Amino acid sequence: MFPVPIEKTTKTNRIIYYSSVALVLLLWLIPLMIITLAAFKTADQLNAGGRGFVLPDPFTLTAFKRTLTNEPFMASILNSFMVVIPVTIISISLATMAGYALSKFRFRGMMIIFAIFVGGNFIPYQVLMIPVLRLTQDIGIWNTKYAIILFHGAFQAGFCVFFMRNFISQIPNELLESARVDGATEFEIFYKIVLPLVRPAMAALAVLIFSFVWNDFFWSLILSPISPSGMLAPAGLATIIKGRFYNEYNVMAVGSILVALPPVVLFFLLQKQFISGLTMGATKG
Amino acid sequence: MKIKLNLTPWLFLAPALVYFTIMVIYPIIGSVHISFHDWNGTQFKCSDGRDIKSLQENEFCRKIPDMKYVGFENYQRFFKKTPKDFNKIKKYWQKVFDPGDNKIGVPVLDQGIGLISTLTDGKKTKWPRLSIETKIILNTLKWLIFFPLAIPIGLGLALFLNQIGWFVKLSKSLIFFPFVISAAVIGFVFQFFYDPNGGLLSPIYEYLGWKDGIIGDKDKATYGIIAAAWYRQIGYCLIIYLAGLTSVNSEQIEAARMDGASGWKLFRYIVLPQLWPSTFVALVVTIIGALRTDSFDMTQIMTEGGPGRGASDVMSRFMFQKTLFDQDYGYGSSISVLLFMFMLIFIIAFIIRMYYQDENLR
Repeated sequence: MFPVPIEKTTKTNRIIYYSSVALVLLLWLIPLMIITLAAFKTADQLNAGGRGFVLPDPFTLTAFKRTLTNEPFMASILNSFMVVIPVTIISISLATMAGYALSKFRFRGMMIIFAIFVGGNFIPYQVLMIPVLRLTQDIGIWNTKYAIILFHGAFQAGFCVFFMRNFISQIPNELLESARVDGATEFEIFYKIVLPLVRPAMAALAVLIFSFVWNDFFWSLILSPISPSGMLAPAGLATIIKGRFYNEYNVMAVGSILVALPPVVLFFLLQKQFISGLTMGATKG
Repeated sequence: MKIKLNLTPWLFLAPALVYFTIMVIYPIIGSVHISFHDWNGTQFKCSDGRDIKSLQENEFCRKIPDMKYVGFENYQRFFKKTPKDFNKIKKYWQKVFDPGDNKIGVPVLDQGIGLISTLTDGKKTKWPRLSIETKIILNTLKWLIFFPLAIPIGLGLALFLNQIGWFVKLSKSLIFFPFVISAAVIGFVFQFFYDPNGGLLSPIYEYLGWKDGIIGDKDKATYGIIAAAWYRQIGYCLIIYLAGLTSVNSEQIEAARMDGASGWKLFRYIVLPQLWPSTFVALVVTIIGALRTDSFDMTQIMTEGGPGRGASDVMSRFMFQKTLFDQDYGYGSSISVLLFMFMLIFIIAFIIRMYYQDENLR
């Protein structure tokens, strides 16, 4: 193990180590702490210079009330769920099939196709912006949530294919071969053998895709800039809350917390899946 | 495998491939096409040549953009002022290093690409007025240079936190979790954190004489935004390196320790080379952030490219502004194509590496 495990050192070292970890942690969390404090303050206190590390005086939940009763903003949060769920289902199911094809079959053009999916992940959104915008306008779904679902369903599939192919190639070929010998059709093999085995990968992907799409800001500004029931929560925060409550930092703080909360809760609940998904590709040689 | 299987992979592939090609690959060609044209985004014509305005109530036609072909004009426009501005910058640096008489230039962290000279008599050599395009190119370069500093910082934190025990584990999670928060939220959090009017840093600004704070000052805004963007990226790099550290060969480390290697030497020659896969992934993801997502999200939410004209603007955001607000679709496309071309270097590197790493692909 590198560096030397701290348990193997002297007691003084341990005390120094743990207190420095605590200090780093404290400094690291300062920006998030002051925003949380701000959520419980009054706008007057914030505008009178109380924006730093001061306790709420008086302690109030007005900002929460004002945010939670702001219909357009709450619509954008609800809408985020309505977008994230279908996108996750679409991209993962398409990618599982494609990942199976790309890992358990050998055919001409396989490398090129896999490269298209992987490379597609890294394409700057900006270069897709105008044609995708035009496409959604042409088919009449611009400024609705369907435009965002349509785009993200495809875009996230790229990452999912990359992930799924690498995961499915670890399934031993013998398992599939023996089923083939037993007379199972290709679709039976996929459905009865591959699908049950990739469930952990699907869970890891679902958590990641949820947070990627939930946090999307760019596409929401492009594809659904006006309608609150079309935009995603971060854009709702930027356009609705920042536009309407520009001098009420407490409301903006609450809005930020509400937008941040779903992926954060998901992360702490499913930490293992989240991290295993994110670090794939970073470990093997 | 039997011959009859040949069609099967294509059936499994088809839905994802068709959908992905239409939504992600084909639009690249569309953007390249538009980048050679002048178009305001609102004019259309019929694909069969009929005038769109003369159509009767019950007549329909396929609308296509009514654009004017301009060749490379959009690209030339982006770089038109670069040589002139480059000369201005050159003159500025000449003045800094050779102020004439017996005044010595003292560079202090302040302005321009990061440094400015203060002459001994207190007069500042002024950073030249640049065109907006040059500012954007320089700011994008700043992102490309400074945003990846999240990688060594993340590595440092990973080495610091690569221990066991509940407290260290909790610390790792708490340092990482800003990564799962939207960049738009982190942008707002830091706008609040940087606030010069009664914010946490106000006393420091007062002491330094920075009355506009960090993101309110045209010379510091870009750095302030990049530092805020680190907040997410450092957490990501930390996790990537922690995963990398678990797969470092412990026998090699023990053997090296037996040979008397320790500390820096052990890290530099045994551990760091084995962390290369992590470094590579972190680098690619960070460059994407600098060119595509983080630079756009953070700049849009924190300053909208300001203060003033393009003080903190970057290519990813300038393109968005030019297209949707100034309705200059051709020009916007050409900037996005430039971004894409640059990213292509990293895309190709990533794919080539993947190809040689994975024997199943060959």
